[in-house]
Amino acid sequence: MKRAVKNIYMGLLLVFLYAPILVMIVLSFNSGKSRGNITGFSFRWYIELFQNEQILQALYNTIVIAVLAALLATAIGTLASVGIYALKRKPQALVLNITYLPIVNPEIVTGISLMILYLFMQLELGFFTMLLSHIAFNIPYVIFSVLPRLRQMDSNLYEAALDLGASPLYALRKVILPEIMPGVVTGALMAFTMSIDDFIISYFTSSGVQNLSIYVYSSAKRGIEPTVYALSTLMFVTVLTLLLILNRRSARERSAAKV
Amino acid sequence: MKFKTRFFAYPYLIWMVIFTLAPIALIVYYAFTDKSGAFTLANLTSALDPAYMGVLWRSVGLAFLCTVICLVLAYPAAYILSRRKNGGVLSVLFMLPMWMNFLLRTYSWMTLLENTGLINTLLQAMGLSTVTFLYNANAVLLGMVYNYLPFMILPILTALQKIDHSYIEAAQDLGASPARVFLKVILPMSVPGIISGVTMVFMPAVTTFVISRLLGGSHFMLFGDLIEQQFLTSGNWNLGSMMSLFMMAIMLVSMAIMNRFGGDTEGRGLI
Repeated sequence: MKRAVKNIYMGLLLVFLYAPILVMIVLSFNSGKSRGNITGFSFRWYIELFQNEQILQALYNTIVIAVLAALLATAIGTLASVGIYALKRKPQALVLNITYLPIVNPEIVTGISLMILYLFMQLELGFFTMLLSHIAFNIPYVIFSVLPRLRQMDSNLYEAALDLGASPLYALRKVILPEIMPGVVTGALMAFTMSIDDFIISYFTSSGVQNLSIYVYSSAKRGIEPTVYALSTLMFVTVLTLLLILNRRSARERSAAKV
Repeated sequence: MKFKTRFFAYPYLIWMVIFTLAPIALIVYYAFTDKSGAFTLANLTSALDPAYMGVLWRSVGLAFLCTVICLVLAYPAAYILSRRKNGGVLSVLFMLPMWMNFLLRTYSWMTLLENTGLINTLLQAMGLSTVTFLYNANAVLLGMVYNYLPFMILPILTALQKIDHSYIEAAQDLGASPARVFLKVILPMSVPGIISGVTMVFMPAVTTFVISRLLGGSHFMLFGDLIEQQFLTSGNWNLGSMMSLFMMAIMLVSMAIMNRFGGDTEGRGLI
């Protein structure tokens, strides 16, 4: 009896969590435009999705920005981690606290403050400013996934490389980087996922240029269109795949760390 | 011994000053100046206007209500999950929606709730009249609870899983009833998880402007909407900056409160 109550409770919660998602997936394959009744199976909305110039442009922006932002944030963040690791205790704590700011600051404030910064610097809001913002909010995630790796590694290795005549950059590439690589890759994947998913910061720092989230938002304000269901279904599947990869990686890392 | 690689941080330090510190400094600057750039406290007095404060309290109240509902729904779920053998698979199921873009999650509720939507079609089919679900406080609250529920389950689950089972056994051996074991052992030991959960739900809920815009319509405003409006519609950056400072202050105050209770930062890793 008690077990049944528990199962019913969990079942109801899962229905609550998944009903809206399932409804969207089902409606994305509905041939009619009506949300009330199912008129038949079709790929109509998927076809329309890939013929919609605005959506394709938004998709392009989303992917290009996510890839560039992830790469650049990973480069800056990894270098930064190696440097931060070498700082003395107090300056290190200060830098880490400031690095933590964008993670805890309300996203709307981050978005708006960056927008003010760009306008202050007389940069025109658009693709470039959106990219800069994405790099900015990605870097902390990279740093916080690389630093633990550095703390684990044997610092004598770097000294040994220098003693044997390697330049600092060479030692970074040949000694430090291979050791911290798992953290770097996790950071990059995390940055990519955050970037794909972002709405609020992009919304404020890119007037006119749309990524997929901005497209969804503006179309939701106009009213519902089934092409967005098709888009959601595809985005859900994409994020799911990314997550599975990320999860398997961190599971492997955890088991590797135990050894 | 550490490496002498301090100089690798220099590019980032410059980046940090420009992209983390300067924007915040600019917000502070705009908040305390007028349109001509002269120092003023006028923005503070206008931000304290009862109309704006009403919106602020509404946001805080709604976020608080959302946090309470999430806690009430999430605790039993996390508790059941922590005692299940197949809890791993099941808890992934509970976390998955968290990873769906929150705009799409909100959009899906529009589909269900709109006047010609699925729920109303079902009501009509049963011979009932349509109900206007959208564009009021309840719709916004529903959207918030839906969006943030997994953020409450995850940290509580983590805290419950970390409890050393021998404490529970010891209490049972000493003759405590199940209710007493829960109240005196399990609940106190899960407090860090509750605190993180509350932080992870309350913070985004109090700052949202998307959920309220989509499910609450253009007339139901939260503080986030008000800030957005100052910057994108009314063009009053000075007032908007002051309001942003208010929002940061709410964040700082709630984080300070949470830290006092000894929040656990571990469950936060996933967001």
